[in-house]
Amino acid sequence: MTFTSHDIAFVGLALLTLAPAALVVTLRNLIHAALLLGCSFVGVAGLYLLLNAEFIAAAQVLVYVGAITVLILFAIMLTQKLADNRFAGAAYNQLGWGLFVAAMVFLSLGKLIASQTWPAMYDAAPVADTTRVLGVQLLTTYIVPFEVSSVLLLVALVAAIVLARDEEPVSVPAHLNEIYDDESADQTPTGGANA
Amino acid sequence: MSGHLAPYLIISAGLFSLGLFGALTRRNAVAVLMGIELMLNAANLNLIAFNRFLGPGGASTVNGMPVDGSFTPLLAGHAFAVVVITIAAAEAAVGLAIILTIYKNARTINVDEINWMRW
Repeated sequence: MTFTSHDIAFVGLALLTLAPAALVVTLRNLIHAALLLGCSFVGVAGLYLLLNAEFIAAAQVLVYVGAITVLILFAIMLTQKLADNRFAGAAYNQLGWGLFVAAMVFLSLGKLIASQTWPAMYDAAPVADTTRVLGVQLLTTYIVPFEVSSVLLLVALVAAIVLARDEEPVSVPAHLNEIYDDESADQTPTGGANA
Repeated sequence: MSGHLAPYLIISAGLFSLGLFGALTRRNAVAVLMGIELMLNAANLNLIAFNRFLGPGGASTVNGMPVDGSFTPLLAGHAFAVVVITIAAAEAAVGLAIILTIYKNARTINVDEINWMRW
């Protein structure tokens, strides 16, 4: 069995994917976990390159590494006091059952994969310019999922704004506030108290 | 090794199991979301790998028949990987907005303490 450079790259990228992923689900420090999640995403992007999916690899780096990791980091920084030791006791819940279910899923998936005979080797040249072909097919053959996902993005955008928006009314500038106080003072004596 | 489909599927299965473990056991809601992102990545890796090895145009032979050179390959796995990436981005944005709203109201994102909807 000879190892080609392709194989070496594959093993390295597999390690770059799985080792940070294992740390992501075990580390107690969530900032470290989020940064390692970015590492794992980079490893998956490399595996996409090995599978001749250049556009997906670029999208993976842009969307996952660039956007989602940063979004998760912001969420951690907005919700956690780093000096807070409240999570020091246990970062886990139901550790035994979780381990059991995950191990069972992995073993059954592994058994399923091992029980099949897959095509041994590919020796054909892959699709020459994947990005061009993918672009054409996204707008012809796969136009429906493409359009549906664009609508989904719009819905998610609106939903995220509605959820994250501050429910408090917009604060009135000082000079307008005085006018408001004068008007409300006519109706109720304590009208300006809630301003 | 990298010329076979099975190693990619094993890596994908490992990534999925790790994500499942994280989503099931972590107590912090953001960490649960990170586990879900790992699972979505595993699904994407499977889509791309299957498209490369089993998709039309991916292998030189399909059922022992040589693929015609003029045949236009379908990149179904790639197209749906794009959709999955879109959904993952939308899910992360909405999920984190929900987590921030919960944090504003309850001052905690520990999933054990967020039990208002339990009866």
